[in-house]
Amino acid sequence: MFLLLPFDSLVVNLLGISLTVLFTLLLVFIIVPAIFGVSFGIRKVYMKTLLKIFQWATLRIERGAKEKNHPLYKPYVNGIIAKEPTSLEEEIKEIRRSGSGKALDTPEFELSDIFYFCRKGIETIMDDEVTKRFSAEELESWNLLSRTNYNFQYISLRLTVLWGLGMLIRYCFLLPLRCKEFLSKHVHLMCYRICVRALTAIITYHDRENRPRNGGICVANHTSPIDVIILASDGYYAMVGQIHGGLMGVIQRAMVKACPHVWFERSEVRDRHLVAKRLTEHVQDKSKLPILIFPEGTCINNTSVMMFKKGSFEIGATVYPVAIKYDPQFGDAFWNSSKYGMVTYLLRMMTSWAIVCSVWYLPPMTRQPEEDAVQFANRVKSAIARQGGLVDLLWDGGLKREKVKDTFKEEQQKLYSKMIVGNHEDRSRS
Amino acid sequence: MGAAAARPPPGLGALSDETGLSPAALMRLHERFQALDRDDKGHLSPADLQALEGLALNPLCERIVGAFFPAGAQRADFPTFARVLAHFRPAEGAPCEPGGPSSPGSKLRFVFELYDLDGDGQISYRELLQVLRLMVGLEVPDEALAAVAARALREADRSGRGTLCFEDFAKAVERLDVDRRMSIWMLK
Repeated sequence: MFLLLPFDSLVVNLLGISLTVLFTLLLVFIIVPAIFGVSFGIRKVYMKTLLKIFQWATLRIERGAKEKNHPLYKPYVNGIIAKEPTSLEEEIKEIRRSGSGKALDTPEFELSDIFYFCRKGIETIMDDEVTKRFSAEELESWNLLSRTNYNFQYISLRLTVLWGLGMLIRYCFLLPLRCKEFLSKHVHLMCYRICVRALTAIITYHDRENRPRNGGICVANHTSPIDVIILASDGYYAMVGQIHGGLMGVIQRAMVKACPHVWFERSEVRDRHLVAKRLTEHVQDKSKLPILIFPEGTCINNTSVMMFKKGSFEIGATVYPVAIKYDPQFGDAFWNSSKYGMVTYLLRMMTSWAIVCSVWYLPPMTRQPEEDAVQFANRVKSAIARQGGLVDLLWDGGLKREKVKDTFKEEQQKLYSKMIVGNHEDRSRS
Repeated sequence: MGAAAARPPPGLGALSDETGLSPAALMRLHERFQALDRDDKGHLSPADLQALEGLALNPLCERIVGAFFPAGAQRADFPTFARVLAHFRPAEGAPCEPGGPSSPGSKLRFVFELYDLDGDGQISYRELLQVLRLMVGLEVPDEALAAVAARALREADRSGRGTLCFEDFAKAVERLDVDRRMSIWMLK
C-alpha cells in the first residue's frame, strides 16, 4: 500500500500538468486568435491531412474487399435508375408505333398507352429528384464517419469540450450585457468565431466587398442551423426567426437583450402582413443591422436551391444574396428536421471531422419596376444557385412536409386527352 | 446519411431468389424504401407514396399506389415493395423462370390489374371508362370518352362477351415489346 502512494501522486501530477498544457494550448490557439480574428492556418493543414487519410482508407478498403470477394455496397450520387428524358407524347407515340403499326396522326386511344404512365409512376417511386434532395447527398468515397471507431471517441471528446467552452463564454458575455451596440457587436463576433473554431469549421469567403450593409436584407440558401454561425462570424446581422422552446429559446432571449433582433411567436409567423410590417420597420431604420433571412423555410440538403418564398422580397429593400455551399466529404451538415431533433443534430456536428464550406457574397440586387415579388425572388434564387454550383429547382421547399397540389396532374391529363380525342376544334369537325 | 452503415434487411437471400433481383439491387431498393418511409415506421403507407410529387402528377397515381397495397391494406413492408418492383426488372439477358415476376407474362398481368379495378380477372366497360377518366381528367366530355372506351373494347374483345379477359388484353398488345416498355434499368 505504501508503494502505491508515490505512484498515485505521480499520476496526479502528470494529470495536472497535462490539463494545464491543454488549457494553455486551447487559450493560445483558439480563444486568442478568435478574439483578434487571426488564423494560424492549422485547420487548413488538418483538412489536407484528413483528405489524404480518406483517400488512403478508401483504397485500402476496396482492395481488401476485392481480395475477399465481397460485393461492395457503395452509395450513389446520380440516382439508382437510368432514365430517358422523353416527353409524354413522344413515348406514347413510340409505344403505339411499335405496337400496332397503324397511322398515328389521328387522335385515338390504345390499350397500350397505359404502359407509359405505369412505368413513369414506378420510376418515380424508385428514384425521384425531389426526395433525393431531401435525403443527404450520397458520397462517392466513404468519409469514415461510421466505418471505423478508431480515433472517433477521442476527437469527439475534444470537440465537445471546445464547444462547451464556446457556449460558456457566450453566456458569460451576453447575459450581463446591456450597453452600447459597438461593444456588443464585437462580442457577438468573437463568440461566433469561437463557435466556428469549436466546430473546426473551415470557411472560405469570396467577394467580401459585397458584404451586406445596414438597411438591407441578406438572403442565403439554407442547409443547416450552422449557416447562421458561419455568416454571423463574418459580419453583423440582425436575426429573424421563430421563437423556439428549449435551448434555442434561451439563447434567443439572451441575444435580444444584447442587440435588436426580430423574433416572432409561432402564431405571428402565419400572419404575413405582421411579419412584413415589422421587417419593413427594421429595414427602414438605417442604423439597424442588415436582416439575415433564409427564405426557403426548411433545410434542403445543399445540392439545390428550392423556390424562395416571396415574403421577404416584397419589402422593397436592397437584397444582398449569399450562396453557401458545404463540402460533404468532411461532415454532412444537413439537418432533416423530420427525422431528428436539434440536440442530436448538434451532437452529430460536433463529432464530424470538420465542416468545410464556401461562402460567396453576391452583388446587391433590387427589385426592378417591371417585375413582381415572385420574379424577383426567382432571380435572386437563380443567382445564388449559379454561384454555388447548386441545382436550381422549381419545387417549393414545403414539399418535404405537405402533399403536392393537383394542378400539376391536370397538365399531364390535358396532354394525354389531346392524344386520344384531339383538340376542341378537331372534335367538332369529326 | 452520407456513408451511413448499410444494414441489410432480413431475409435478403430468400427475397433475392424469389424476385430475381440481385442482393446489391435489393440493398439499393431498401435504401430507397427507408428514404420513402417518412416517419421511420419500418413500413410504407399510401401517404408516403402519394407525397412523391412525380407520382402525384401521374394521372394513374391511385392505381399505381394501389398495386402496393392490395385489398385495402394500409401497410407495405419491404418484401412487398421489392416484389412489386421486381416486375420491372429487365428480363433480357438474365435467366428467369417462365412464371417469375419479371417475365413478360407477369409484366402484362401487372398492367392488366391496373385496368381491372375489382380484380375479377375481366376488364369491363365501366372499368375501362373509369381508368380512361383517370387518365384524361376533366378534359374530355362524357360522350366522347364513352365512345372511345366502347371502341377500344369492341376492337379487343374477341369472345364477344363485352369484357376483356387477360388473353384478349395480351393479344391486343402482342406486338409491343413488353419487356422493353416495362423495364427499368438500375445503374451499376
